[in-house]
Amino acid sequence: MTDVAAVRDPSRTSASAPPLLSVSQLTKHFPIKRGLFGRDGGSVRAVDGVSLEVGRGETLGIVGESGCGKTTLGRCILRLIEPTSGQIHFDGIDVRALDASSLRRLRRRVQIIFQDPFSSLNPRMTVGAIVREGLTIHRLAAGADADRRVRQLLDEVGLRPEYASRYPHEFSGGQRQRIGIARALAVEPELIVCDEPVSALDVSVQAQVINLLQDLQRDRNLTYLFIAHDLSVVEHIATRVAVMYLGKIVELASSADLYREPIMPYTQALLSAVPVPDPTASRERIVLTGDVPSPANPPSGCVFHPRCPHPGKDTACTAIVPPLEEKAPAHWAACIKQPPTTVPWHAQQQAGATHAPERHLPLAAITHGLTS
Amino acid sequence: MTQLPLLTVSDLRTYFYTGAGVARAVDGVSFDIAAGETLGIVGESGCGKSVTALSILRLIQRPGRIEPGSRILFEGQDLLTLDDAGIRRVRGNRIAMIFQEPMTALNPVFTVGDQIAEVARVHASASRRDAWSRAVEMLTLVGIPAPAERASQYPHQLSGGMRQRVLIAMALVMNPALIIADEPTTALDVTIQAQILELLADLQQRLGTSIAMITHDLGVIAEVASRVVVMYGGEVVEEARVETLFAEPHHPYTEGLLHAMPRVGRRQERLAVIPGNVPPPTAWPTGCRFRDRCAYAWERCEREHPPLYHIGAGHVSRCHLADEPERRTPKRTAATATATAVSVGGGPA
Repeated sequence: MTDVAAVRDPSRTSASAPPLLSVSQLTKHFPIKRGLFGRDGGSVRAVDGVSLEVGRGETLGIVGESGCGKTTLGRCILRLIEPTSGQIHFDGIDVRALDASSLRRLRRRVQIIFQDPFSSLNPRMTVGAIVREGLTIHRLAAGADADRRVRQLLDEVGLRPEYASRYPHEFSGGQRQRIGIARALAVEPELIVCDEPVSALDVSVQAQVINLLQDLQRDRNLTYLFIAHDLSVVEHIATRVAVMYLGKIVELASSADLYREPIMPYTQALLSAVPVPDPTASRERIVLTGDVPSPANPPSGCVFHPRCPHPGKDTACTAIVPPLEEKAPAHWAACIKQPPTTVPWHAQQQAGATHAPERHLPLAAITHGLTS
Repeated sequence: MTQLPLLTVSDLRTYFYTGAGVARAVDGVSFDIAAGETLGIVGESGCGKSVTALSILRLIQRPGRIEPGSRILFEGQDLLTLDDAGIRRVRGNRIAMIFQEPMTALNPVFTVGDQIAEVARVHASASRRDAWSRAVEMLTLVGIPAPAERASQYPHQLSGGMRQRVLIAMALVMNPALIIADEPTTALDVTIQAQILELLADLQQRLGTSIAMITHDLGVIAEVASRVVVMYGGEVVEEARVETLFAEPHHPYTEGLLHAMPRVGRRQERLAVIPGNVPPPTAWPTGCRFRDRCAYAWERCEREHPPLYHIGAGHVSRCHLADEPERRTPKRTAATATATAVSVGGGPA
């Protein structure tokens, strides 16, 4: 990172209240062991210096393609995976400093909903036992009181209370995801990490679950970290959105700003690639060449430079790591070719720059002629 | 429409005889595909779209069975009457299939070049050397960089997008008249999906191949298809040109699907939902199979199985609203209501 001042504090919507969750310079490197004796073979930089804040009652969307680190980030926040370095603060508590029993107490306040409703529910437990487990572990309710809570929770997520005695295999994908939501809600958490909660569901059922998550948020003042690869779902549910690429946040803005005027060329390409359910829309589109590089061996400088379609891309992009900087009020992006930038022109020239920063916004390809 | 269609599926019924009863996965499906056209087949899990595709190539295994009376006419012959050798001459040769999961569809212990070359060796009795050069040629065609080197690599050495290109290359070896693509981009990231869709469109333009594109994604349908068949409950419920389907959907299920999709750039407060779940294929409801989830359903829908009504040119819909259009008001109030408890419809699947 070349510019710490601009990187430190990606702004959030409510500047007044302290954030519920604050993550700073979080990294997770998975070591690669080679050969029989586990020689050090370098590391996969799954999460590489991520900073973000989530305000109470807010939904922060995290989008990115496979391997961008979004799931690892979510799991690091709950310490389901131990981060390599960086800070995580939840409601003022230093999460990384907690011992096992304090961590368990924290997990009553921070819950997770998983992507796959088929593998995330124990097939040998009844639905009632699955939902009840959290109540027992955290000593929140027992006996008839717990039974009553379980029935209430099932009702709240739109399942019949009598389903408590059935097993997960008897339910469809959407219903199982509701069970997963009831399990998370049982302990009355404040923050829920939703890791691709609807991507395994059919469109009609997906809409039901999204609406349910929104209703619960409103009724219980929940805060969501909503991880997904589907940009349209994230736009629908998120207040602010962070775009990840190869372990880094490359853009962070309010949902409205990000989708109207994406600044980072990767975000532009990502939005452009979404198929539009309108056969009359123009077919103009940014098609990126190649695949996402391996996070074990990320490109130098800007990690996106080998695929970047920005017309001003030059040698400096291969040398300078672009800081995540505020390009417009509360709109953060990492690109030294999209002005304004805190990386001065002479520094870019020293790194071999031939193109001065110039704003590139291929609107036709992003909106597909659907500008409203 | 003067020319005979390339493929005509008529009254296709594929049933599975399971312990839990007879699953009527595909139950009287008819459609056709013209030469050079892309037909989209859209529907959710369990609607019968994949079983339809497998039935065309006769890849249905016990306890499944294609019922007597079904007909699949392709280039003038009924595929269902061919003997095993006959259908093998069609499979992978005149009709090729691209599967959803590019990792499991490739054999991990053979190089991708060997796997592509095998097609030419089996169907064209090509020599080892000719088959290999054909494989490299195909990899070039599908835009794989350094095709000669890639041909000697194993599937695990390639990314998901590359593997899907290999499957497409394999499908193209014999220059088939029809490619059946079953969710070819579902397992891929959106930027890679864009590459693959572009490749398919480009290849179709150059080679004139017909494509049956099976997907649950209406966005993909809008991008590639010229005509669309919407399936629900093992039946075709609507068929139309793609522009008509998106602008004036007739069947309440199609309408519901289009409303339930969040769309980039068109933020709405709340998504419309289709309540309930797809019923199991062993117990389709009587009358209209969608009626339990339909905002307009009335007693006729329970009593009478709707036929495919003619709506307009090339536009049919399996809904009694065609007969009693005044019942379409009030417009979708039930479906757009803000109720959260939507688990209606008979309990666990």
